[in-house]
Amino acid sequence: MSETITDNTTKGVKHEEKRAVVILFAGDSGDGIQLTGSQFTETNALFGNDVSTFPNFPAEIRAPLGTMAGVSGFQLHFGSVEIFTPGDECDVLVVMNAAALKANISQLKRGATIIANKGGFDKKNLKLAEYIDDDNPLTNGSLDKYRLIQIDVSMLTRNALEDTGLGMKEKDRSKNMFVLGFLYWMYNRKLDSSIQFLNQKFGKKPEVLEANLKVLKAGYNYGDTSETFTSRYEVKPAVMPPGTYRSAMGNQATAIGLIAATQKAGLGLFYGSYPITPASDILHELSRHKNFGVKTFQAEDEIAAICSAIGASYGGGLGITASSGPGIALKGEAMGLAVMLEIPLVIVNVQRGGPSTGLPTKTEQADLWQAMFGRNGEAPMPIVSASSPKDCFYAAYEAVRIAVEHMTPVLLLTDGYIANGAEPWRYPKANELKPIKPPFAKGKNSEGAYLPYRRDEKGVRDWAIPGMKELQHRIGGLEKQNETGNVSYDPANHELMVNLRAEKIDKIADHIPPLVVESGVEEGDLLILGWGSTQGVIKNAVLELNEEGQKVGHAHLRYLFPFQRNLGELMGRYKKVLIPEMNSGQLRQLIRAEYLVDAHGLSKIKGVPFTANEIKEKAWELLEA
Amino acid sequence: MSEMETNSNGTPKMTGKDIASDQEVRWCPGCGDYSILKQVQTVVAETGVAKEDIVFVSGIGCSSRFPYYMDTYGMHGIHGRAPAIASGLKAARPDISLWMVTGDGDALSIGGNHIIHLLRRNFDLNILLFNNEIYGLTKGQYSPTSPEGQVTKSTPMGSIDHPFNPLALFLGADASFVARTMDRDPKQLRDVLQRADAHKGASMIEIYQNCNVFNDGAFFTYTDKKTKAESALFLEHGKPLIFDEGKKGIRLVDMHTEVVELGEDFNENDLWIHDENDRLKAGILTRFFDDPSAGFPRPFGIFYIEDRPTYEDKLTGQVERAKELKGEGDLDALLSGGQTWVHQ
Repeated sequence: MSETITDNTTKGVKHEEKRAVVILFAGDSGDGIQLTGSQFTETNALFGNDVSTFPNFPAEIRAPLGTMAGVSGFQLHFGSVEIFTPGDECDVLVVMNAAALKANISQLKRGATIIANKGGFDKKNLKLAEYIDDDNPLTNGSLDKYRLIQIDVSMLTRNALEDTGLGMKEKDRSKNMFVLGFLYWMYNRKLDSSIQFLNQKFGKKPEVLEANLKVLKAGYNYGDTSETFTSRYEVKPAVMPPGTYRSAMGNQATAIGLIAATQKAGLGLFYGSYPITPASDILHELSRHKNFGVKTFQAEDEIAAICSAIGASYGGGLGITASSGPGIALKGEAMGLAVMLEIPLVIVNVQRGGPSTGLPTKTEQADLWQAMFGRNGEAPMPIVSASSPKDCFYAAYEAVRIAVEHMTPVLLLTDGYIANGAEPWRYPKANELKPIKPPFAKGKNSEGAYLPYRRDEKGVRDWAIPGMKELQHRIGGLEKQNETGNVSYDPANHELMVNLRAEKIDKIADHIPPLVVESGVEEGDLLILGWGSTQGVIKNAVLELNEEGQKVGHAHLRYLFPFQRNLGELMGRYKKVLIPEMNSGQLRQLIRAEYLVDAHGLSKIKGVPFTANEIKEKAWELLEA
Repeated sequence: MSEMETNSNGTPKMTGKDIASDQEVRWCPGCGDYSILKQVQTVVAETGVAKEDIVFVSGIGCSSRFPYYMDTYGMHGIHGRAPAIASGLKAARPDISLWMVTGDGDALSIGGNHIIHLLRRNFDLNILLFNNEIYGLTKGQYSPTSPEGQVTKSTPMGSIDHPFNPLALFLGADASFVARTMDRDPKQLRDVLQRADAHKGASMIEIYQNCNVFNDGAFFTYTDKKTKAESALFLEHGKPLIFDEGKKGIRLVDMHTEVVELGEDFNENDLWIHDENDRLKAGILTRFFDDPSAGFPRPFGIFYIEDRPTYEDKLTGQVERAKELKGEGDLDALLSGGQTWVHQ
């Protein structure tokens, strides 16, 4: 992907043009790696590159300095071509210390560039990174197959801030800006966007602002003047569908989608939530938009979070809650209540590695079965999934639409990978968004008492809310008599109600678009069927397989329950079906059970996304068999 | 159709019967819940709030069947979670009149976490905690308010659990209205309900309720003619603490309490005057919790009232403030975010 297109030399510095570059920033979790990465991303996106990012955090906020446990990473793939994933292997690795190098050296392409902060490879750092006998990889020749650029960032940063009144600690905090400045030089980027960002961030702390700006420029100028660097790179703007773009992170896009949908539905948004990694950013984002009438409520626990959302929905707002696996487990009983009440509710699960506390900061798709079956009794709930950071917007919007128009709780599955990743988004205009129509009761629906569980042709009941005259009614978790909603223990009625609730959910499939083959051939030898955050990497693999002459197609499921009506027919157009998942084969089992299709699986349960090569290898195995 | 009588706000005048639902009440015959239902129906009817603007929310347990018997909006929730459901409902709909019905197991065991947070946040609602010191719906296990030593189905050798002192717990959670009353004292029950409804904030009412099937007579000390006078102390704001038909009173000397005989040595002027706005004294009153035969009577009535802002008002205030500062939300501005770029 990083092939050189042209190169020319001016003033002794070679200018190479690259189609795409994968760069990984790594350092201590306190080194400002995430900020450096996101700033470099923002600048490239604004420049017009297509981008995809993958932040990779340690679980501890401040793990011991200099250790492998404390390494934080931010991977960015940017290019003048369409980018689908944050990249399999890196062209450039930027490391702030020895541990960061050790943790990420296996991620490098042959001949990759390593930019190392020499100051992070002193005896102490080498020991902390457990290099045997403090053997320094920068000097022992072990990195000879790479292009190694050593810069003493720590020292140069301190020098740049020599005449400021800042202490050593404060000075060292700016060293990420030196690296950022240097990379801007290396990739011919302007500093404007980051200067603007720093002004906003540190506007109230002039000394800190000044220090950061100084170091940022020092890093840039260092590249320009030190004459040690012989290459600069150019990554031209990507050719993308025309339009206006912004950058979107997954959790942020989820929050915006929820707001947009409730606005279009004319409903107040109530968000009940308990902090949990990696879902908390949805709470943070929503709490910033109270001017949309958004009410956020940090509940005492996960159960209270969902129950408060149920209360809000009963009152005629849209109750929303989000969590990750362990929190979703706690919400199970309340989800069953919402199924029984038949009120709108959206439950977002930003999946992470499980079981139990598992891998809080790592990604996984292992909560699909939990979403399908994680309730007592027969409590079917629609499941919608998001496939990329920007897609979180559309998935959230669709989750709200289904919840409101079909009077049901809906599960929205995203995961840590796309929740924290970012990509350019050709965002829609408000008036392009599909309207959402809440089925509010329009008055009494019978001669006698109001019938809260009388249904329309979709199997959906009215939404009668407190304040509506003559529609007072009582609902609850006990089985209810058909139509009246009164408590009923009648055996035939119970079976009828279980069936009616299931039919209502099944009929949602009549109100969603059909599944399409999104890349590759429409029929052929192999269908790669995915769901969630594997979309980009599957697409990448399929396009390459097509280039290699293989008849492979890619379809990606937004709707995991109920399935789209044409899914069976679509799978039938291919000789084989492969389902790659970041779990042990959960969708695969659902597909096999529903369609009796002998789908093949590819599992990865390592807390990190698939690489395109992993998917291609499995595809080849099936194609050649 | 005859002209309906109306309240000052234009809603039709109602009696308790007007607000009863058409559902057959299914508590055990003789259950204390019947008396509470009747008083609540009477008080709610008299508030003048229209039926459609009232919501009853409950958890699980005998008492939590309550919403089915009210011709208002109602939700029978899940065990222990009524406070959370009520919180979200009130946050979304500050305009409704909200009542929550719960029991000692529902509120103090499985829902213990939620009840304290409901109180500290101070949503405006009335909480009716039916305390019968037993699990009735599951047929007779001890509850978090059962006294130590109580023999129940799950404690054949007597309970070794130290019970909650509910009102002390509620005061500890900064409840803004704390009261105790009984099923068998309809007049006081009605008075307390009216005061609770008039209070803006979370009004916590513990109601001693007799479970005649699994824990009959748990509170007879306070209701039986023979023992009532000596065992129960009825609190009235601004009045001295007198009990036992005027024969005894309670004195407060240097934060130390004592029961005194009224007559030669002491008269009413020596006694503790109840001040329902005094948190410290309310705290002492909640500690009158031992068996009354040990000396101190069990207080009934309103222990404490405090005016402080409700959660929903503060929440609405922030929404209004955000609109003032940033203007009414503009969806297109939200969609475009801060920085954008154009691909031709």
